[in-house]
Amino acid sequence: MNITLRVWRQKNSDAEGRMVTYKVEDVETDMSFLEMLDVLNEKLTTAGEDPVAFDHDCREGICGACGVVIDGVAHGPETTTTCQLHMRSFKDGDTITVEPWRAKAFPVLKDLVVDRGSFDRIIQAGGYISAPTGTAPDAHANPIPKADADRAFDAATCIGCGACVAACPNASGMLFTAAKVTHLGMLPQGQPERAARVVKMVNQHDEEDFGGCTNIGECAAVCPKGIPLDTISQLNKDLLGALASGNLD
Amino acid sequence: MALKSLMAVTGVILVLFLLAHMYGNLMVFGGQQAFDEYSHHLRELGEPMLPHSGALWIIRVVLLASVLGHAYSAVALWSRAKKARGHRYAVTKSAQGASARYATQTMRWGGVVIVLFVVFHILHLTTNDIAPGGASTSPYERLVNGFQPEFWYVTLFYVLSVLAVGLHLRHGIWSALATLGANKAKRERPLHAASTLIAVVLTVGFLLGPLSVTFGLVE
Amino acid sequence: MTELYIEGDPVRDEKAPAGPVQERWDKRRFSAKLVNPANRRKLSVIVVGTGLAGASAAATLGEAGYEVTSFCYQDSPRRAHSIAAQGGINAAKNYRNDGDSIYRLFYDTVKGGDFRSRESNVYRLSQVSVEIIDQCVAQGVPFAREYGGLLDNRSFGGVQVSRTFYARGQTGQQLLIGAYQALERQIAAGTVQMHTRHEMLELVVKDGRARGIVVRDMVSGEIETHFADAVVLASGGYGNVFFLSTNAMGCNVTATWRAHRKGALFGNPCFTQIHPTCIPVSGEYQSKLTLMSESLRNDGRIWVPKEHGDKRDPREIPEDERDYYLERIYPAFGNLVPRDIASRAAKNVCDEGRGVGPGGLGVYLDFADAIKRMGRPAVEAKYGNLFDMYQRITGENPYEVPMRIYPAVHYTMGGLWVDYDLQSTIPGLFVTGEANFSDHGANRLGASALMQGLADGYFVLPNTINDYLSAGPFEKLDADDPDAREAAEAVRSRIDTLLSVDGSRTVDSFHKELGHIMWDYCGMERTEEGLRKAIERIRELRTEFWSDVKVLGGNEELNQALEKAGRVADFFELAELMCIDALHRNESCGGHFRAESQTEDGEALRHDDTYAYVAAWEFNGTGAPPILHKEELEYEYVEMKQRSYK
Repeated sequence: MNITLRVWRQKNSDAEGRMVTYKVEDVETDMSFLEMLDVLNEKLTTAGEDPVAFDHDCREGICGACGVVIDGVAHGPETTTTCQLHMRSFKDGDTITVEPWRAKAFPVLKDLVVDRGSFDRIIQAGGYISAPTGTAPDAHANPIPKADADRAFDAATCIGCGACVAACPNASGMLFTAAKVTHLGMLPQGQPERAARVVKMVNQHDEEDFGGCTNIGECAAVCPKGIPLDTISQLNKDLLGALASGNLD
Repeated sequence: MALKSLMAVTGVILVLFLLAHMYGNLMVFGGQQAFDEYSHHLRELGEPMLPHSGALWIIRVVLLASVLGHAYSAVALWSRAKKARGHRYAVTKSAQGASARYATQTMRWGGVVIVLFVVFHILHLTTNDIAPGGASTSPYERLVNGFQPEFWYVTLFYVLSVLAVGLHLRHGIWSALATLGANKAKRERPLHAASTLIAVVLTVGFLLGPLSVTFGLVE
Repeated sequence: MTELYIEGDPVRDEKAPAGPVQERWDKRRFSAKLVNPANRRKLSVIVVGTGLAGASAAATLGEAGYEVTSFCYQDSPRRAHSIAAQGGINAAKNYRNDGDSIYRLFYDTVKGGDFRSRESNVYRLSQVSVEIIDQCVAQGVPFAREYGGLLDNRSFGGVQVSRTFYARGQTGQQLLIGAYQALERQIAAGTVQMHTRHEMLELVVKDGRARGIVVRDMVSGEIETHFADAVVLASGGYGNVFFLSTNAMGCNVTATWRAHRKGALFGNPCFTQIHPTCIPVSGEYQSKLTLMSESLRNDGRIWVPKEHGDKRDPREIPEDERDYYLERIYPAFGNLVPRDIASRAAKNVCDEGRGVGPGGLGVYLDFADAIKRMGRPAVEAKYGNLFDMYQRITGENPYEVPMRIYPAVHYTMGGLWVDYDLQSTIPGLFVTGEANFSDHGANRLGASALMQGLADGYFVLPNTINDYLSAGPFEKLDADDPDAREAAEAVRSRIDTLLSVDGSRTVDSFHKELGHIMWDYCGMERTEEGLRKAIERIRELRTEFWSDVKVLGGNEELNQALEKAGRVADFFELAELMCIDALHRNESCGGHFRAESQTEDGEALRHDDTYAYVAAWEFNGTGAPPILHKEELEYEYVEMKQRSYK
């Protein structure tokens, strides 16, 4: 099949960007979206034009490196990562618009590559359990009800790709933050730091210039790992609880 | 974050007010006496502990504060969202489907419309500075006068505004509950359904009065 | 053969204590010199890579009080490829009371490695495995649990006890995120300085000690030199030399290869693991292969049609016309034979012309029986995410049509040679995780990579590196130091060369061609003739690369083609060494199968009298024959015998 691509091109973070149109021919339906971009880049390189920069690594949907907005939807028409989106989801002759994640907290570095360091800083603020190496009790010391373990796991599957932010009309990073708060908050090991964690992470989230959450739900609708929206409510509950108990740190 | 909670709490106050307000409105079907007495009683509420209209003024102040708080947090979140997005997308599309998004997409402009409506509504039926069908000291008459068939445009404006309120509530009630921590995976659908239900009840409840007048069911 | 390499002096691991294997780790921890906590602040360590081995080491060394600087090429440390490991992590907890023990894990691992690993190292790995699970649970890793709230276990690839802990099909992800969070905690505490989007391109060696690295800032192109008292490489394996592998696109050998060029010996480079359950190649454009957890073999049955070239829909092939070849050849282990055996058996049936799918390079992995036995909901609960992944990639529904699988390059047992302390032959250069060669011998057992990465990073290295650091801090260096300057200059001139060739072929086209050569001649089956041909063709292709590669753009920008070009250039040199290693080892063992060395029924035939050693290669100049140093392997506990899974 033949595809027309409109791709955001931007030389570096300071440069002005623009949409550029390319034709990609002989696209096979079994190709992944990124393999289709590989084909474009091989063609551009051979023609002496700068290839399109995009982030990607594992290409099996788990590292969270890849992610672009395709025709207005983060990661495109299937609910999966961009690397696991295949060209069979498109038709011959389609025009596809490809843009980077747009958020002030994710500045564009080049073309479709953005800087998601703000996510790391949210984790630094408190997205962990303080368990220095060697201090752990036996793994069976603390049985955990399966329901809690499962809920923690569902939240823990977040891959930090940033689609939630890209899709949110407010450019909020609340689903990402809430996933971590819920993952750790559901486990007995996570209790001692629970109140302080949520306050510190939300403060950091706000400091990074993410927008506020208004419970629209676009984030969960595009999340390739299906992080449930109720994690945000859990975060709110934990936060109100923490604030009520005077944990204002 | 504090903004969200402010938004939610003030929203909840306003919803409670709307429920009470709707209850009062429905008194109209009890006839002029019942309706006028009800509105009179509002002014006597809390007497003699409070001066005449004291309770009412407390409620008014709380409501005004809620509206201001609600609007303030909305504007703040709005401007924050604009800043947080930075560069706009060339193409935007909802992943949830257009209908699910309609209520959320109209929250902000819908809110502005509602504020304008409330101003008109107070001038019309509370202070009676605007009196399409003639002024009156009886709240019942103000109502009946205002929605006569020949003032169909007033009714129409009310209908549209109340629908805007309903739409606003559909997402607003759910959102407030989620913000206050009530959402859980299993509760997500029931909560959405509940907020839709409350929104529908309020919409219908508020429309009954004016429409009944316009269509001559209440005279 | 001798023209291809030179034999040098033997090499020995001087650090492993003698005596009963059970006591060696205690003894070593006791004899290793300690560093006073107050002095640790004055000692600095560089850690390259943030996978399980790197993140856990950086976090633990940071907690201990050392001044740590950590580097990764990804945009966040959380993206390292450990994240893609699916199946699980082994630990000798014996929570199942099924006869497991540290000794059994040790035994299984030595045997599974086909007697080409060190007993001392493997025993320590088994001992430490127990602590890893405790540590990870304490960090909040959400392992699978049973209704009683206790941890669940499963049996995994080639063992008969249930000792594998797992977190659905995302164990690697959950363990890595645990380590990543520990790392971020130390970054917040200021003990670790993190540099993302930085790629190590050279090692700085001063007075015989590893003292720093040269990195390229992948956003600005700036070439920076960082110094420390010790350098830890945790940069992963080199499976991408085959172009198509289950590795992430960015996985590369550059960090370890640069260290090798500076004097670190490279151990057993030809030991490559080919994983049996991957989704087959579907076209020329394919950029990577996707693995499906080996756990699928617990309930799925592998078969091909008995008839050659049978093109019928698999559901229409009656039972008696199917060949469940693993169950037939290996009745004791059936579909659960170790990876190397399962992979080669698949290759054999496909070579016979009985393969299925496009190009005949695939075998069926069939869940029809499992669905009948357990019911679809149970299968969904256990394997749902894997089935979804398969369907997403292939567009076929595995609940209805058997999956097609084919082996793919997955893991490299070879790596930089290290002693018991995980120190390479360059003092001050430590190597952990897949980047070193040490624990898996010629074949790695399933769920052992995560175990080794975390063992090295959390528990081994932090207890051995102090022995070296106690002699520090060493002389302060700055960028003007002649050795540092020379290293940075070398990096710059290489980049300049790559950018100035301005040839006609893209980097990927070279990489693909190299990958084809390696897969054809240095893949699942190797012959002397093929390997000689491969060496010749690699050399020709390398020459062509340096005269005809096309890399656009400049250095002072984000330039992904330039990054790739540097990595592929190093793959060329490694590829040749792999072939030389494979050629010189005229026996079959583990993942290394030489067609010349097999038993009558086609099984791998080891030659313990000649080859029971680690081949540790010394770099001897570009294009010059490398020098082979042998480390003899002794087995005091596990009797060397031919593996049999029949």
